[in-house]
Amino acid sequence: MSEAIIKFIDVVKSFGPQLVLDRVNLEIEAGKTTVVVGGSGQGKSVLLRLILGLLRPDSGKILVAGKDITFMRRKDLNEMRSNFGVLFQGAALFDSMSVFDNVALPLRERTRLPEAEISVRVSRVLSLLGLSGHEEKFPAQLSGGMRKRVGLARALQLEPKIMLFDEPTTGLDPAKSMEIYHLFHETQQQFGYTSVIVSHDIPKIFKLADQIVVLNEGCLSKFDSPEAIVTSEREEIRSFVQNTMGHVYLSKEME
Amino acid sequence: MDRLKSFQFIERLGNHTIYYVQDLGHMGLFFLWSVLGVFKRPFKFSPIFRQIVIIGANSIPLIVFTAGFTGMVLGLQGYYTLRKFGSEGLLGSAVALSLIRELGPVLAALMVTGRAGSAMCAEVGIMRITEQIDALECMAIDPFRFLITPKWLATLVAVPVLTMIFDVVGIFGGYLVGVVLLGVSPGAYLSSMEHSVETPDINMSIIKSVVFAVLIAWICTGRGYYVHSIRGAGFGAQGVSWVTTQAVVMSSISILVWDYLITAILL
Repeated sequence: MSEAIIKFIDVVKSFGPQLVLDRVNLEIEAGKTTVVVGGSGQGKSVLLRLILGLLRPDSGKILVAGKDITFMRRKDLNEMRSNFGVLFQGAALFDSMSVFDNVALPLRERTRLPEAEISVRVSRVLSLLGLSGHEEKFPAQLSGGMRKRVGLARALQLEPKIMLFDEPTTGLDPAKSMEIYHLFHETQQQFGYTSVIVSHDIPKIFKLADQIVVLNEGCLSKFDSPEAIVTSEREEIRSFVQNTMGHVYLSKEME
Repeated sequence: MDRLKSFQFIERLGNHTIYYVQDLGHMGLFFLWSVLGVFKRPFKFSPIFRQIVIIGANSIPLIVFTAGFTGMVLGLQGYYTLRKFGSEGLLGSAVALSLIRELGPVLAALMVTGRAGSAMCAEVGIMRITEQIDALECMAIDPFRFLITPKWLATLVAVPVLTMIFDVVGIFGGYLVGVVLLGVSPGAYLSSMEHSVETPDINMSIIKSVVFAVLIAWICTGRGYYVHSIRGAGFGAQGVSWVTTQAVVMSSISILVWDYLITAILL
């Protein structure tokens, strides 16, 4: 078993009266893919924001690469974040910049590479993601799937060790979703990053997972495979399976 | 029942107080981080220059127009008031002093608030709600250095320069009405101005415009930056429109309040 690169220890997070995470423990192994599923408003995105240090837990600890980020100073947090690549739900592209400038931004701001070298690198990653020829377009002129690809290109630019995906296929048709999964698979092979995927796309997303985490009413359950979820005896998991996947995926016993 | 109500009242009061103290704290920290953003590396001129064009250069036509008419109406009003005392010759001094001390800095700042301040607030607000600011932080790009500080520096350059343009154009507007239309002697207009306007008046104009620039940049970018945590603002597009309105109203009021305070201190 490889070491855990991200570790949650008794993490509690609430917003006002609403308890979102109730003493959550979680380990995410390096190089593996963890899929987080759960109903809407169950705190999946909160989990990602906690990992990034965009939110701080009410209590408990979050370790990234062995370092506690809960009370980290801004400067160290920035340092830590350079290990991360994030694909946001809406891609979060800078809408006043062209595709090229969007993808070049991390290189221009975080490195001292000359413009010529930046141009080469940006073109390389854009062609890897099938975006050549769209450099001069603006985010508003792109389709949802293309926007996600630009977001992925931008996130991969600094060769992150950990990639976080916030609902990478929401709002895309099945063909486009497959395309994103394909790109995900290819880029993970190439860059070897650890990934955490928050998704609604059940059961397709399970194919990518090494570990599946179900978030339900502030509690978290871990499974090694989709089968383990489907055959789970626990009441809350069964009702989750029934609500999200329908009867088709219920265990044979139930039928 | 009544006891319950009074408890609810106290709870609400406490709740509001906590919120306002928190909001004040946010804005205070925001001020600090924006100022510190100036010292963060790498320092880049091009975003500042671009903002100076947007906030300053593009505002020049509006400023010239407003200043021209303000000067002209001052000339008109001043002439008929001064004529009652037979001192039309002091028109130049009256127009110049009111413009340089008061109307120039205040009106230029109000115009910049309406034109560029609202735009800054909406831009930052939209970047916040579409996760663009989060994206910056995730890429370990300091959003203050990258986004906020260039707007601050540009406003600090633009507002004083626009104020000076306002003063000059306004004085010329007064000249146009007073001298060309109403027949005040040009020599009297100019020399009365020369005798009465002194260095402290110019200094006051500059101090005011710098303070107003800080107020505009602080309030407008700050409200947009915290669009997600401002109570009652709502979400999405509505939230942005709400904070933009709030930013313009707050900036305008602060400009008028600080105008009084600075005048009271410096006079």
